[in-house]
Amino acid sequence: MKKNQDKKNRFQAEYLNSPAVDKVGVEERVARFQTRSIKDASKLQGLKMALNMIDLTTLEGKDTPGKVKQMCYKAQHLHDLLPGLPTVAAVCVYPSMVKIAKKEVAGSGVNVASVSTAFPSGQAPLDVKITDTKFAVDEGADEIDMVISRGKFLAGEYNYVFDEIATIKEACGKARLKVILETGELATLDNVRKASDLAIYAGADFIKTSTGKIQPAATMQVTYTMLMAIKDYYDKTGIMIGMKPAGGISTSKLALHNLVMVKEVLGSAWLTNEWFRFGASSLANDVLMQIMKAETGVYQSSDYFSID
Amino acid sequence: MERLEVLKTYKIYIGGQFPRTESGRYYTPVNKAGKALGNICLSSRKDVRNAVSAARKAFGGWSERAAFNRGQIIYRIAEMLEGRRLQFIEELQLQGSTKKAAEEEVNLTIDRIVYYAGWCDKYQAIVSSVNPVASSHFNFSVAEPMGVVGVVAPENTSLIGLVSLVLPAICGGNTVVVLAAEHLPLCAVTFAEVVNSSDVPGGVINILTGSNKEMNPTLSTHMDVNAIVYGGNDALALKELQENAVLNVKRVFAYTNDWSKADAQGLHFISDTQEIKTTWHPIENIGGAASSY
Repeated sequence: MKKNQDKKNRFQAEYLNSPAVDKVGVEERVARFQTRSIKDASKLQGLKMALNMIDLTTLEGKDTPGKVKQMCYKAQHLHDLLPGLPTVAAVCVYPSMVKIAKKEVAGSGVNVASVSTAFPSGQAPLDVKITDTKFAVDEGADEIDMVISRGKFLAGEYNYVFDEIATIKEACGKARLKVILETGELATLDNVRKASDLAIYAGADFIKTSTGKIQPAATMQVTYTMLMAIKDYYDKTGIMIGMKPAGGISTSKLALHNLVMVKEVLGSAWLTNEWFRFGASSLANDVLMQIMKAETGVYQSSDYFSID
Repeated sequence: MERLEVLKTYKIYIGGQFPRTESGRYYTPVNKAGKALGNICLSSRKDVRNAVSAARKAFGGWSERAAFNRGQIIYRIAEMLEGRRLQFIEELQLQGSTKKAAEEEVNLTIDRIVYYAGWCDKYQAIVSSVNPVASSHFNFSVAEPMGVVGVVAPENTSLIGLVSLVLPAICGGNTVVVLAAEHLPLCAVTFAEVVNSSDVPGGVINILTGSNKEMNPTLSTHMDVNAIVYGGNDALALKELQENAVLNVKRVFAYTNDWSKADAQGLHFISDTQEIKTTWHPIENIGGAASSY
């Protein structure tokens, strides 16, 4: 706690004075990322890269061990008809499913990410959130996706949110921490920027747009704003922070636009699944269908791909 | 001062929207007198892809709708088309029909739509069956829509041919991607406008204009198209469709009917784009003296 207090004292000036965001400028810049001409060979490379950056996700009340096992199998065998495909980066599940997922992906290089801190609402007391996180870590989670208390944030209790993130970071131990801002509930890009800075200074390894339960989710405007926060932090400190847009990225085209954006804003160093992820459930199949289209020359049908 | 006439932009119809072709290309077909019919979208393979995606998306909702409701919606197409009668007659005349022939074609089109509206909740009872089997099963076969049906409209008619091929397919719960007659495209686009104002959910009928030669390969190789209905008269084109269809074992149906005949309609046009599913339901005895049903 003492350490967190120090951290807070040191960084308060930074995270409480986030720069304002020029919304019109963001929209224009984002529109330009979507006009890049990507040639076939680069597109194929981009698609395979996107596959390797996916956090294959199932976060439903109806999740069962069977569903999680099936998804873990899919994470390692995206489309066996196509040799040479990468695996996804991680599978993302609820804490209660971590043990099962961990066992299923053992030895494959696929990480297990677990949501925590009373996902998706985050409406629980701090000690519950700590327990939730510790449980997931103890079960074997390699990565923790926490949600921030949006209610507190919107009420202006930034210090509370800072403390919360710093505390959860401690509870994570060696697991990497992704902080979900749930931008769909933050209303403005200024808030998105402020929350990004807050999360970064409080100790996030990754910042993530959304839970996937609220619309709008990972719009390019929001992702761009968060990438700029990462860039400014890197320019200032030399420390890299990861980015994970999640929710609403269901087509290859959108994924490629995002990769273009990351490359142009942060540079090639971020183009690996150590620093960039897509949180998605249906993106993988669309990317696979595009890759098959490139290989066979004919448009594909989801009938011939495994259910996601 | 003389008033400038506001001319209509002919666009394509995908997923309940009227976009221009993604390719930005146009062509200008002319009638026999050499008069330009308009600047018509020259659709590309990406338009075909988008149309198939839209049709696939609409398939679930359309096929699961109550059959009676499908009939009501299709009847509504006829009502709307009736209101646009003069526009269709004008377009048919511009494309080379006589006034009398144009009026007859529009009348027949409306009647044909009503005809297939009526079939919506009736063909199942005729196509399906309960089958006698020598085991303790209640064995029945029911018709189910195939899915996304590609329709290549006949080249020699603008309206009646297209409607005669599209209606039986959607009557049976399929969704369609239509390639309109290349040189007579006006009524196809206007028909799309009628469909759009008739409670037909977006994506159930998608209509593209352009070169069949260019679009046929994309449509026929597309793995997400389940059947092709070919109304053209080109043996080579048909052969190409059939060969491409092998990829995902699409059904291909070719019709060479004279669609201007009142009897060029019927149940088999509906049942062609239906798959028959047979179910063996374990049951001790049905219909015999010991049956408790």
